[in-house]
Amino acid sequence: MWIYLAKRTALAVVIIITAISLLYSMILMVPGDPTAVILGPRSTPEMREALRADMGLDRPAIIQVAGFILNVFQGDMGIDVFTNRPVSQIVFEQLPYTIILIIAGISWALVLGIPLGCYSAIYRNSFIDKLTGVFSVGTIAIPAFVIALYGLLIFAVQLRWLPAIGAGEQGDLWDQIKHLILPAFAIGLGWVGYLARLVRASMLEVLGENHIRTVRAFGLPEKIIIFRYALKLAILPTIALLGVGVGYLLSSSVFAEIVFARPGIGKLIYESVLTRNYPIIMGSVLITTIIFVLCTMLADIVNAFLDPRMRENL
Amino acid sequence: MDMTNNFTARVKRSKFLSLLSRFARDPLGLFGLILVVLMVSSAVLANWIIPYDPIALDILHRLEPPSMAHIMGTDQLGRDVFSRVIMGGRIALKVALVSISLALSCGLVLGLIAGYGPPWVDRLMIILFDTIRSFPTIIFALAIVTLVGPSMNTVILVVIITTIPVYGRIVRAQTQSMKNNEFILAERAMGAGMPRILFVHLLPNIIGPLLIIASMDIPAVVTIEAGLSFLGVGIRPPTPSWGSILNDGYSFIRNTPWLIISGGIPLILTTLGFTFLGESLRDIFDPKLRKDI
Amino acid sequence: MTNSIHASVLDIRNLSVEFATNRGRLKALRDVTLTVPNEKIVGLVGESGCGKSTVIFSILNLMAENAVITGGEINFEGRDILKLSSSQLRDLRGDRISMVFQDPMTSLNPVLSIDTQMIDIQFRSSISKAEKRQRAVDMLTHVGIPDAAHRLKSYPHHFSGGMRQRISIAMALLAKPALLLADEPTTALDATLEAQIVHRLRQLQKDLSCSILFVSHHLGLIAEFCDQVVVMYAGEVVEAGDVRDIFHRAGHPYTQALLECDPARIEEKTRNLPTIPGDIPDLVDFPSGCIFENRCSKRFEKCRISPPLRYRISPTHTASCFLLAEGGAI
Repeated sequence: MWIYLAKRTALAVVIIITAISLLYSMILMVPGDPTAVILGPRSTPEMREALRADMGLDRPAIIQVAGFILNVFQGDMGIDVFTNRPVSQIVFEQLPYTIILIIAGISWALVLGIPLGCYSAIYRNSFIDKLTGVFSVGTIAIPAFVIALYGLLIFAVQLRWLPAIGAGEQGDLWDQIKHLILPAFAIGLGWVGYLARLVRASMLEVLGENHIRTVRAFGLPEKIIIFRYALKLAILPTIALLGVGVGYLLSSSVFAEIVFARPGIGKLIYESVLTRNYPIIMGSVLITTIIFVLCTMLADIVNAFLDPRMRENL
Repeated sequence: MDMTNNFTARVKRSKFLSLLSRFARDPLGLFGLILVVLMVSSAVLANWIIPYDPIALDILHRLEPPSMAHIMGTDQLGRDVFSRVIMGGRIALKVALVSISLALSCGLVLGLIAGYGPPWVDRLMIILFDTIRSFPTIIFALAIVTLVGPSMNTVILVVIITTIPVYGRIVRAQTQSMKNNEFILAERAMGAGMPRILFVHLLPNIIGPLLIIASMDIPAVVTIEAGLSFLGVGIRPPTPSWGSILNDGYSFIRNTPWLIISGGIPLILTTLGFTFLGESLRDIFDPKLRKDI
Repeated sequence: MTNSIHASVLDIRNLSVEFATNRGRLKALRDVTLTVPNEKIVGLVGESGCGKSTVIFSILNLMAENAVITGGEINFEGRDILKLSSSQLRDLRGDRISMVFQDPMTSLNPVLSIDTQMIDIQFRSSISKAEKRQRAVDMLTHVGIPDAAHRLKSYPHHFSGGMRQRISIAMALLAKPALLLADEPTTALDATLEAQIVHRLRQLQKDLSCSILFVSHHLGLIAEFCDQVVVMYAGEVVEAGDVRDIFHRAGHPYTQALLECDPARIEEKTRNLPTIPGDIPDLVDFPSGCIFENRCSKRFEKCRISPPLRYRISPTHTASCFLLAEGGAI
């Protein structure tokens, strides 16, 4: 188990380092002056010269990349030229909003998706199963931002049931929840489909296995069979999927934040793209990527922990 | 000579018919097929179907709801939305086909190199592939856009960069399993060179599943293009794109719902159509690819 | 523990089971009649595919979804359990009737400890959890698992195949059933293990005074272990009797051929092991006469036209072959 933990962590670290290198090298790969990219169109030649010396852009590329990696691990992702504040500070300020949105989205997807998947497996080919099947494929296909737009149109603009803009009043929990409903719905809907399908498939596979036949032969009540003997096994692939899901949700939340004018990383990135503020974007990409890598690593580790077979073999 | 041609023709026709009959039993797949045919034909015939020039302005008639003159209404500059939607479909399809074929070719080459090359090359490729896949797609896309500037080519570049790792991994896995396949070893013992092994043995086995997976990526690519255009960093106006129509709709959401409705429906129908069709095709050709039954 | 009001704990009469397949109805079991007397071990023997497992699964209704019982009775302790509701049948499972399955590697849940599984199956009992645990430890020791108290917390993959099978047997006997169904419990194990497990089973059977219906294709094992034997071929019972009847005085040509082909019985060393020529007939579209006719070396005209009935050879011995018709039909 510990060996697995070490290996998995090492893998995560390698990927993070490669990601940092890649993002930094992208600046160097673009034709033109890297300092102009970093400082943006509003920079003066003096600023660019200063930055060039400061960053050591005349040093060999590898040294630059290595230097940057070291900085990142110390929490320094550069300074934002427009506000003169550290990039990491700016990004971390916006991060909590996005995280809340993602948690809200995934939570409701889990609450609806897992029971739907279980039901579909147990009552295979029933009407609900078939309906869930079509619905799952449908919602996976439709892009999250389209759902967000239609949600905004129908529920906020036309019906006026829910608020259209922002995250709600600070300190007013109910107001904040109301502002979360539509965006969380938009990013979570596709995931209801994914989860339902996966849980259904897992459950069907597990329910067909010999050990389930054994417990049936002992007359165990169906509830115990489903929840203790089958679900525990069937849920394992779901955990792995959730790790990957965080990555998709990070992307979807960009759209959700923009459509609903919520604060968060998405909004930050969007504004930075418009002003070509690459340091902020790079910082945001880095932080979201690190979150993603850590989540997949966590999912794999939890998976290994829950399955006693894997605990030993790795 | 005639008889063999007839025979082949008959065999092909009977295979085709059995394929059709399998489709008929799958209502979702049929539905998907109809949608895809609709979308592709409107894209191909775009220049003949559109009633108006998609970028022609007519400020006097801005933001009108659907009418006899304009089936889907007009946008904030008076342009006919229906024409823009049709053109947008053509462009979406073009972007999808170009980027997927390029990504497929690059992925094929890289995967072959990874599978057949020395172990350190393989390991390097794997790390690169996994790293790119660790970037949340849109966020990474926005980073590329910042560096390179928004345009249709940027969108294509973004799609290529983010999908090469997927194809590359598949090709690599197949290559590796084939490499040690006894049949291949036998061929090499007989002196067959690398190119022959690649073309005669490897490619035919890979092409099938790869094409199916690639076709299932079409909705994803269309979505990325629409998403980036929606954010204003994809296809540059005045070129129509479903994403930019949705953006206009968003800006004018309090004036009229029709822009969002008209821009969203073709996107929804296209993604649904290709996804349903893709699922059916996959079930028919290679149920092993299916991740659930 | 047996309920001694009835002479036989299990009395299957004219059981017929069909499977719905693409090609049509596969008649897997046809008019199967067999009896398991109280406190006896009955062996059910036959080739792969003859339906022995189907018989076992149909008793507890564990068959696949496309299986249909088209006729007959399964009388357990005097009651036709085919007429029971599913919850009534579930009450019997793991209580009066227990089962041991063929593959020990996949029969136990991999993510739950042996502890949990063995306590769970005692769910009907109202004793405390600690007492249930103790019963589990006792039974595990009984079947020969060393250091059972400590190993209870382990998971199935910590045990070898032989150990897992013993655990399965321990689980099956925890409830003190009247009937134990064993579906080739030793087929997946090597010969020495096989002997050990069968030895234990026989001891346990005596201790618990239960009956065992033991399915196997291993003739030598059946001869040693069982009191009575039922021979099946292609979905029908072709012969039944005491173990001596079958092994010393086999009546049906199939049984005779089976015994001849058993490698353990061959006295002269040879490279060519004898086989029964021909194939099992199609069970969807099968012949109208005797089911074994196309492979029988003793067949004659009548065999192709009408199926033989069950004829009595002796009070304990029956066979379905026209050659033995003098005893009269049952």
